[in-house]
Amino acid sequence: MITFVSPTLDYALLAPILIVLGGALIGVLIEAFAPRSARAGSQLFIALTTLLLSLASLIRVRSGASTTAAMESVTFDGAGVLLQGSILIIAIISVFLLADQENFTALAAALPGSDEERTSLQQDLKLTEVYPLALFAVAGMLLFPVSTDLITLFVALEMLSLPLYLLAGLSRRRRLMSQESALKYFLLGAFSSAFFLMGIAYLYGYSAAVSFSGIHAAVIGGSGNDIYLLLGIAFLSVGLLFKVGAVPFHAWSPDVYQGAPTAVTAFMAAATKVAAFGAMLRIFYVSFAEAYWQWRPALIVIALITMVFGSLVAIAQRDVKRMLAYSSIAHAGFLLSGVIALNKSGLDASIFYLFAYGVATVGAFAIVTLVRDSAGEVTDLNRWSGLGKRSPWVATAFAGFLLAFAGIPLTSGFIGKFSIFSAAYESGSTAILITGVLSSAIAAFFYIRVIVLIFFKDPVEDGTSVVIPSVYTQITIAISAVVTFALGIYPTPLINFIQSTAQFLR
Amino acid sequence: MNLANLNLLTLSMLLPLLGTVALAFVPKTNALLTKQIALATTVLVAVVGIAMTISFDFGATGFQFVESREWIPAFGIKYALGVDGIALVLILMSVLLTPIVVIAGWNESEGGRWSPKVFYSLLLVLETMMIGVFASTDVFLFYVFFEAMLVPVYFLIGGFGSGDRAAAAVKFLLYSLFGGLLMLASIVGIFVMSTRYGNRTFDITTLSGLNTVLTPMMENVLFLGFFIAFAIKAPLWPLHTWLPDAAKSATPGTSVLLLGVLDKVGTFGMIRYCLTLFPEASKTFTPMIITLAVISILYGAFLAIGAKDIKRLIAYTSISHFGFITMGIFAMTSQGMSGATLYMFNHGFSTAALFLVAGFMISRRKSSTISDFGGLQRITPIMAWSFFIAGMSSLALPGLSSFVSEFLVLVGTFTRYPVAAIIATFGIVLAALYILIPVQRALHGPTTPGNENLKDLTLREKIAIAPVISIIVILGFYPSPLLNIINPAAATVVSQQGFSDPAPTMSEGKK
Repeated sequence: MITFVSPTLDYALLAPILIVLGGALIGVLIEAFAPRSARAGSQLFIALTTLLLSLASLIRVRSGASTTAAMESVTFDGAGVLLQGSILIIAIISVFLLADQENFTALAAALPGSDEERTSLQQDLKLTEVYPLALFAVAGMLLFPVSTDLITLFVALEMLSLPLYLLAGLSRRRRLMSQESALKYFLLGAFSSAFFLMGIAYLYGYSAAVSFSGIHAAVIGGSGNDIYLLLGIAFLSVGLLFKVGAVPFHAWSPDVYQGAPTAVTAFMAAATKVAAFGAMLRIFYVSFAEAYWQWRPALIVIALITMVFGSLVAIAQRDVKRMLAYSSIAHAGFLLSGVIALNKSGLDASIFYLFAYGVATVGAFAIVTLVRDSAGEVTDLNRWSGLGKRSPWVATAFAGFLLAFAGIPLTSGFIGKFSIFSAAYESGSTAILITGVLSSAIAAFFYIRVIVLIFFKDPVEDGTSVVIPSVYTQITIAISAVVTFALGIYPTPLINFIQSTAQFLR
Repeated sequence: MNLANLNLLTLSMLLPLLGTVALAFVPKTNALLTKQIALATTVLVAVVGIAMTISFDFGATGFQFVESREWIPAFGIKYALGVDGIALVLILMSVLLTPIVVIAGWNESEGGRWSPKVFYSLLLVLETMMIGVFASTDVFLFYVFFEAMLVPVYFLIGGFGSGDRAAAAVKFLLYSLFGGLLMLASIVGIFVMSTRYGNRTFDITTLSGLNTVLTPMMENVLFLGFFIAFAIKAPLWPLHTWLPDAAKSATPGTSVLLLGVLDKVGTFGMIRYCLTLFPEASKTFTPMIITLAVISILYGAFLAIGAKDIKRLIAYTSISHFGFITMGIFAMTSQGMSGATLYMFNHGFSTAALFLVAGFMISRRKSSTISDFGGLQRITPIMAWSFFIAGMSSLALPGLSSFVSEFLVLVGTFTRYPVAAIIATFGIVLAALYILIPVQRALHGPTTPGNENLKDLTLREKIAIAPVISIIVILGFYPSPLLNIINPAAATVVSQQGFSDPAPTMSEGKK
């Protein structure tokens, strides 16, 4: 007879996740019961308060460490705190972007072009469901990098993915494209989830365990059948690499980046990367470290291809969101070198890079939301020309974010790049260093081309203009810019904090 | 930190930044106040630079005006400054040139894409970085300045230049970034190696011992990362193609800083980083580098002879001159090293003079084609004489400053690489051609139609050009104050390579 053991949960350590889930549920209740007019304001307030409370509770327990925060399923450790903190900070600054409701369709259920859609637009309905959806996604992201068994990892993956699939389809303009991108994201995501599950099955077959520590023990023990381990790692990696957008599992990302409402793209591009790389770092560092000869060569090849491919294809892009998508693919390649490094400096560098890149990404997409004409956002790069003349500050901020992506000194991107490449080289991977540096040179080319376009070309007279940023968007841009440059000029406090905190408990 | 013991180097870097902050509060419409603030700031920095030179201890070895603070201790990175004679001379050159550029470019800033405020803010930020790049004694800090410097220059060329300025700015930036990224790979290499050998640091003095533990292969690779970046900066054939475009498109003032100061970072880097960090690799590559340098000398000279545009002409002459400097550095003799350093200083001023006068001519004639000028000697005598003297300095006429340095370089090279020195001597003959031909076309001969009413130099322009010409003439007759500063440092660098000067077989080198 099976006896049911009631789980012991360490609520203090789980509080950051639980608070966000609670906030999301309150948001759902507000959707159900509050009058339409009161929703927008209260939803923003609740989302923001939730995230801040969650961050506060995370700070409160920052030095806590436990491998049994929720039985064996969740481990709370230094690296987890840093990753969760990064996710929360990125979520906080991007939630301001969600507040700009211009981005979203009025009634998600209405068919594009239907009468229903027209009336909903005339009534000026606000789509406030985005807040609870975003909060659910955040909760999933918070859980993802601290999960230490494969089942919880899968649940977290789905928890963060499903709301994002929905959010991607909510764009107000070009709704068909938005919905198409959402469907693509969903189908490919579901496909990769299937691979992920397959990987779990193989790993269970190999180790007779689903917990990371159990798999680790099996890897050390070496009694299992290595074929199953190899297959398990391969399939599991497909799911993870899909989420981070590494080649050859990147196909969704340009379309989704372009089709999704820009506010969602910002949030997704930044926060998902932190969560997915966080989980990837944990499982590779904790469970598979001793089997590195099984996966490292393959992952190195993927990293190299991803860097080069992302940088090269980005050159050909004429749409700013697609360009940023390919640039994020290239950055996924750089970040993979942190996973490959498999040493403490690789972990530190990855966490720094993730945070710095995430913040700059939110800032860059926030600026994309500002460049509009009468039909909404203008993402065609040619129509961005001369932006510096019309709105020097917005253009300067955008150039700053691009320089950070390009890794120019005195921006956060440079410190990130330096530390992640040196970690990879420290672990003996010369190929990563050389290819990384060369593809950075290629990448610099298209970032600079955009800077040329916005500063040195004359404006086109076609009604493209920069809207005065709402207070919310201003906050987002200001915080992102300050963080990006502060981390470039004096990164020591953060680096020291990461260095002393970041570690995975087994 | 209290103000009294503020390091002079830090002070000279801080002042331009304060100037930039002050500029931020000037209303955009008040261009005059903007210029005045910029001028006051740069003059003040020049005064600090002169004060530093005066209080510099000639006899002492090692770095002076040292300051060292933790910056990113996790990576062993320090905010570490200090100068030896070589760096000091280059800083002095930079801080003297900047106010001259401000005066000369009084009107240049008006015609740009943005307001003068932007021009002078960029210029001041650039000045901070120029000082920083020469003053850093931490390799990482050097790299930060080396790369970050590109951004203001890029906007100065692209925003305020003429012609196809955007394309020239991009070409400049991409070339430099490419070199910079190769150097980044080497810096990562140094970092990992120094960590592996137990002392995680970027301190140049400590790192100079690193080569003893590197494999020759490793040392060669790391050397190349640095050297290619520097060879792009101080354009060495065949990596020079960005320079003529950038020099042509930038404003004359920007060109002065670009060729006069920024390109010197390349040759300075070869001395400070290539030679100090990788002595063995430097020896390995010396024959190749000397060959490239000689090719640059001749190639630049030939292109200069054929140049039709006056700014491109000056750029090509600089390629030739950088060939001389590089040759002097890699000759590994103390005369060659001293000569190369003095050459860097002198080249800064003679190129500045050429570019400034060319700028004055172009702003009057609204053309930079040499054949559009003619008869200037009669119409605008002062301008013509200034151009003449600048040109004579560029071809190293005895009595003008460049002669001393070119002579030293050739002597220093001859004692070790006589063939290279003899071939390079042809560069001097060619220099006579590339300077005298434009002098003849532009200054003498019949007046080209349209030139009759050109005005001679204004008071402002005279104030800008006078100090440059004075320095050229004074140092031509009396170079020893500078050589006193340079020589000990140059001798130190050479002896660190394990070289001693060959015993002179000819008591007098030939010119």
